[in-house]
Amino acid sequence: MTGLAIENLSMRFELPNGGSVQALKDVSLNLSQGELMSVLGPSGCGKTTLLNIVAGFLAPTEGQIVMNGHTVTGPDAERGMVFQQGALFEWMSVRENVGFGPRMKGMPRNDMDETVDYLLDVVGLQDFKEKAVYELSGGMQQRVALARCLANDPDVILMDEPLGALDALTREKMQSLVLKLWKETGKTIILITHSVEEALLLGERLLVMAPRPGRIHKEYRLPFADLGVGQDLREVKKHPDFAVKREEILGMIWDMEEEIMGRTEASA
Amino acid sequence: MIPLLIYVAIFVVSYLVFTKLIPHAARSDYTSLKTVTFGDESAVTPNRAASVISILTLFLLWGMFTGSALLPKFLHMPGPFEGTATFEYTAQLPDGDRDTATVTVLVHPVDEEATEPEVEPGEGWAKNDSATIGVWRSGLIRVDRNDEFGRGEGAEIVAVNGTPIAPGGEVEIEYGRVGMSPKGTLNFEPAKGWQMEPIWLPAPEDVVARVVEIAREGFRGSTLWEHLGYSLFRVVVGFFFGALVGIPLGYAMGLSDWFRGWFDPIVEFMRPVPPLALIPLVIIWAGIGETGKIILLFLAALWIMAIAARSGVSGVKISKVHAAYSLGASKSQIMRFVIVPNSLPEIFTGARVAMGVCWGTVVAAELVAAEKGAGMMIMVASKFQNTDIVIMGIILIGIIGFGIDILMRWAERLLVPWKGKG
Repeated sequence: MTGLAIENLSMRFELPNGGSVQALKDVSLNLSQGELMSVLGPSGCGKTTLLNIVAGFLAPTEGQIVMNGHTVTGPDAERGMVFQQGALFEWMSVRENVGFGPRMKGMPRNDMDETVDYLLDVVGLQDFKEKAVYELSGGMQQRVALARCLANDPDVILMDEPLGALDALTREKMQSLVLKLWKETGKTIILITHSVEEALLLGERLLVMAPRPGRIHKEYRLPFADLGVGQDLREVKKHPDFAVKREEILGMIWDMEEEIMGRTEASA
Repeated sequence: MIPLLIYVAIFVVSYLVFTKLIPHAARSDYTSLKTVTFGDESAVTPNRAASVISILTLFLLWGMFTGSALLPKFLHMPGPFEGTATFEYTAQLPDGDRDTATVTVLVHPVDEEATEPEVEPGEGWAKNDSATIGVWRSGLIRVDRNDEFGRGEGAEIVAVNGTPIAPGGEVEIEYGRVGMSPKGTLNFEPAKGWQMEPIWLPAPEDVVARVVEIAREGFRGSTLWEHLGYSLFRVVVGFFFGALVGIPLGYAMGLSDWFRGWFDPIVEFMRPVPPLALIPLVIIWAGIGETGKIILLFLAALWIMAIAARSGVSGVKISKVHAAYSLGASKSQIMRFVIVPNSLPEIFTGARVAMGVCWGTVVAAELVAAEKGAGMMIMVASKFQNTDIVIMGIILIGIIGFGIDILMRWAERLLVPWKGKG
């Protein structure tokens, strides 16, 4: 079968003082090829832990990840990752960064150059090919990160708040770019975000997680991602349903935060 | 004290002149528009005029207090008295009879032969005397030796230039100071002025002349370049081996628990031991030859390089390593394409520190014992009071140390331009 299955995932961290934290409890979900799922939740709900397990950087205490029929045991080129920032190799030029994956695979020079050129065109950085990555703005750097990930042609792209550090305007442009790349490449994408709007705009499926222990709280299927392809995202935001959903989810997360605050105050 | 006062005075005056009197050359950069500059570190840039004046002032003071020929005479501090000095002494017999005679002293440059000036014996029982004394020196003058009644006859000297004097006392005269020893002998010390004697501090041009001389003729059987070259050679070889062993060691410590645990106590203990403290042990084990020095510099560089490499490895952002793994890199590819380039800036910083420490250590080691080398040169020269060579050596050592640092910084900019940009 193709796609990604997360099966009964639990994660428990032992603390040095003898206690333990249940970061994830019994999380299960299935993603088919080509789905874009955004994950939302208050801080401490295990979003990043979930992503790290899917990427293969962490082994879960219970459960497993099944990818295209085989169990995930470690990081692999089939699951690409885009980080928030600072994961580019600053000792390499833009071209070398994007060509990193193909180079590791030993792709012939010509094919590699072709891939890199194509992707730099897609993300609109052809003119910055030979620049050092630290000479680029934050938004451009994230475009390089996207291109670098795509150059490897992974089946699944995992995004850990890739747009979190960008300013509002750049962020909107990048959101459009993510949608465009998603439609054009047909990749399966899991996107973690703090922004309810971003989750609504980009998530074909939207997963709201709850903290302590980290678990799936609610899942939505949304039309906005499809609407947003090839359309101004500001138009999508005017959709009557958008505001309703936004308020609903904001309220949900607000309640969770309140609950956490209450609990810590009670225990204090 | 006086040089310090002059120094402070030049500082204050030039400060006032350059900041208050001369209208500011209009700066057109962004900083010129800042209204808040006090407390804004980025608004403080070195004033180039101040730097130039600062260096000139040092040389000016050096010249003023050494009577340098490079400076016009009126800038010189008063020099030591040179020429013919005279003073009168009054001797008294036990019966109260007094007589006065003149002493003529030729004060001559130390390196010139001088003959005592001829003087008339004069009237009375106390006769005129003459003597020679070198500039900056002093001398006992037995003025009663040629008198008709000397110390043996109970005559004692009671006054100099009319001023009463007693054993242990002294009288200031126009040409210097006349003291009296406890036994009653006069001691003349010509005025020393404010200038430094060349054996304490030679004039700048003398130092330059010495540099030229030693560069041409060598020192102790080796040319100047051989001396400096040997020191540099030791540093480069010691540092090279230190880096050759230290960098892999640091990598191993950054990548493996076992290596970290095994070498941590050794590295952490050896790091605070000053390399100079190892000199005696290294001399005992390896003697004073090249081997000993290179071992010492190897040890000086080793720990610094190991720690730099270790922190370079530990400093790699985990997201970069994760990114490389999910892009399909193998362990050896991660090492080559991520860990090594990521640690290079730290290693370069370590190398700069290590080169500095090595240079300091080699000079110190040569001071202790060496056949050739910059440190040996100044140590031997100091034993012969060749202050000019000592100063020349210090300046050359400083220039080379500075040059090494500049070179390392330049290499750093060229080879790791991404430093601090991650």
